[in-house]
Amino acid sequence: MGLTAQSTKLESMNDIFNISRTAAQKVIALAGNPNTGKSTVFNYLTGLNQHTGNWPGKTVVSARGEYNYNEKEYIIVDLPGSYSLFTASKDEEVSRDFICYGDYDAIVVVLDATCLERNLNLVFQISEITNRIILCVNLIDEAKKKNIVLDKEGLESELNIPIILTSARKGIGMNELKKAIEKVASSNIEDKRHNVKYDEKIEKRVSEIIPYLEEMNISNPRWSALRLLDSSIDIFSYKKNNNLSIDQAKYLASKLKIEPDNQFIREKISEQNYNYANYLKQKYVTEDYAKLNRDKKIDDIVTSKIFGIPIMLLLLCLILWITIQGANVPSQILSSLFFGFQPKLADWLIKFGASNFVIGIIVDGVYGTLAWVVSVMLPPMAIFFPLFSLLEDLGYLPRVAFNLDHLFKKACAHGKQCLSMCMGLGCNAAGVIGCRIIDSPRERIIAIITNNFIPCNGRFPTIIAIASAFFAVTSSSFVNGAVPALFITLLIVLGVCITLAVSYLLSKTLLKGIPSTFTLELPPYRVPQIGRLIYTSIIDRTIFVLSRAVVIAAPAGAVTWLISNIYIGDLSILAHISNFLEPAAYLIGLDGFILMAFIVGIPANEIVIPVMLMAYLSTGTLTDFESIGHLRTILVSNGWTPLTALNTMLFSLLHWPCSTTLLTIKKETGSMKWTVVAFFLPTAIAFAVCFITASIYRIIF
Amino acid sequence: MKILTDANIGEIVKVGKNDAKDSLKERLLALGLTNGAKVEVLRKGPKNNLTVYRIRGAMIALRNEESRLIKIL
Repeated sequence: MGLTAQSTKLESMNDIFNISRTAAQKVIALAGNPNTGKSTVFNYLTGLNQHTGNWPGKTVVSARGEYNYNEKEYIIVDLPGSYSLFTASKDEEVSRDFICYGDYDAIVVVLDATCLERNLNLVFQISEITNRIILCVNLIDEAKKKNIVLDKEGLESELNIPIILTSARKGIGMNELKKAIEKVASSNIEDKRHNVKYDEKIEKRVSEIIPYLEEMNISNPRWSALRLLDSSIDIFSYKKNNNLSIDQAKYLASKLKIEPDNQFIREKISEQNYNYANYLKQKYVTEDYAKLNRDKKIDDIVTSKIFGIPIMLLLLCLILWITIQGANVPSQILSSLFFGFQPKLADWLIKFGASNFVIGIIVDGVYGTLAWVVSVMLPPMAIFFPLFSLLEDLGYLPRVAFNLDHLFKKACAHGKQCLSMCMGLGCNAAGVIGCRIIDSPRERIIAIITNNFIPCNGRFPTIIAIASAFFAVTSSSFVNGAVPALFITLLIVLGVCITLAVSYLLSKTLLKGIPSTFTLELPPYRVPQIGRLIYTSIIDRTIFVLSRAVVIAAPAGAVTWLISNIYIGDLSILAHISNFLEPAAYLIGLDGFILMAFIVGIPANEIVIPVMLMAYLSTGTLTDFESIGHLRTILVSNGWTPLTALNTMLFSLLHWPCSTTLLTIKKETGSMKWTVVAFFLPTAIAFAVCFITASIYRIIF
Repeated sequence: MKILTDANIGEIVKVGKNDAKDSLKERLLALGLTNGAKVEVLRKGPKNNLTVYRIRGAMIALRNEESRLIKIL
């Protein structure tokens, strides 16, 4: 699951193992190698917007959806991609457990038509478990482009498993898929699977074990026998129906003198699986080698030693520039619309006889904050997101990880931390969950704790708004976009540097260790479906911002208005709090209001600027607000200097994670200790960095 | 026996022996680095840290620490 409104809700982090369903509903599992388009198939079948992207490891938790076909109901479970049932990362474990022991009526294995040989390995493994299997050979359009021809009938009759050729994103073959699912899930199908026969030695051992399993009434004797031979005994931890239990497995292992966790046999089995896959590919697939090299040519530039990193920075800067330029006009329009309506709202309320207090809390508090969130925060989000998704769908993110791996290795961190870091750009909570693609627990915790140093979509607009207000003061609109874009690029580079530095420090202190093993797949480049992508990501962002605005910004606005209008002595509560925070805030180049806004913004960073502005405006120096262009005026009239602007951005980049992220960290690490570290470490760094810049600024000026 | 790290860019080699252990071995096997598998060396990345190989039709980047464990024929 990637960067969707849904994925940042806490409930989305629960993996589905026990599917709640009625007797009439059929459960269908979607499995397959990473990045074969499972989520696209899932979206097509269910009509849901599971976020898709072109990089392995994007879906790390299972998602559930439903669809009807021929008046029957189907529940479909989208599993994280896995290369094999025997590999060890957290997300793959989810798939393994569900495939081996989940309660499903059929399993659809989604394959990448352009990479069948590798994909078939998993098919063989799953086909040993169940005969209710359907192969969905996806991305058939990509295969056509690359002149890859597949003899479907030949392969089908050889494997004796139904094969459907699809292109889920174009809707090709999806009806056939539904039909095949119906057939496999509903009837008692005859078992004609052609499974891999292993070498004599292995088959002999299997045939020795099977009689014992049959005597124990174990439901899948061949599979259990093979796993007794080649797996760790943990694979039998789940007890379901007539599966071999862990105690029974231990008993058999000692009785039949089976060496536990026999890697030699596993290697033989993998080898023979792959030999069969290679044989099938040679026989039923024809490739055009020249076309295969298209990606290689692009990569020769995009991941080259010289141009790789500059191209990456340039792209980042370009995206930011487009975001800033593009957000400008909609922001103006939205803000003049919203703030133009504000007096009318007040008039209406007066007509209904509302008291000044009620009008204040609704019009200035709730409505004002909502208006700020929507007009300042929404446009940059709605532009940045589709652009970022575009790069993601293209397959660029793994190339970023490729280009930066040497830095992460030096920091003793995992190379895939780069991918979770990129996910953090959308939402840190999603980024933290994304860390599941990292196998090593030590490096996963490092990645989780440092994810916060990449500004998420809640903080981005904050930084963009301030950068635009303070660093775009020329008359040329090109420069006005370019300077803040450059500035924010530098800020993100700083965030990455701090990520690396903190990763290094953690590796040398709390989380000692050397970098663990690393394999990274560079997926083929795919042309994104631009229209659909822009549409869904704008809709997604809009829903996300609006729902957060209602849930968090509205009450925060009401509270802020209340505390700025209830007086204790001569001063409002707000002023008391601000005065209390002022000394600390001054040290780090901020003021009490800003620091307070950051504290109020713990549930959601989107509300930091709105709350801060509310606080400024309610102190009465400047209550008239017409458009976004006034932002600078408001800030300057409240004593902002370039230092305040810089440090607010730095503080926003580095400070504590939002509460959703913290809860996610608690859940993902299962440890209060790391959650506390994840809160205080960034906070300490934010204070330190801002203190240093403030001191330098004050010495110079 | 030579190791995968020694193979030059553009060369297509065959895996002779996969000497990785435990979870890394599992992962490399899952990616198709089994005995006899054909591997094409495609490119080296920044600082010669990662090398891209074509394995079983997919492009896979490995660090030297990992490719060193693969003996080639």
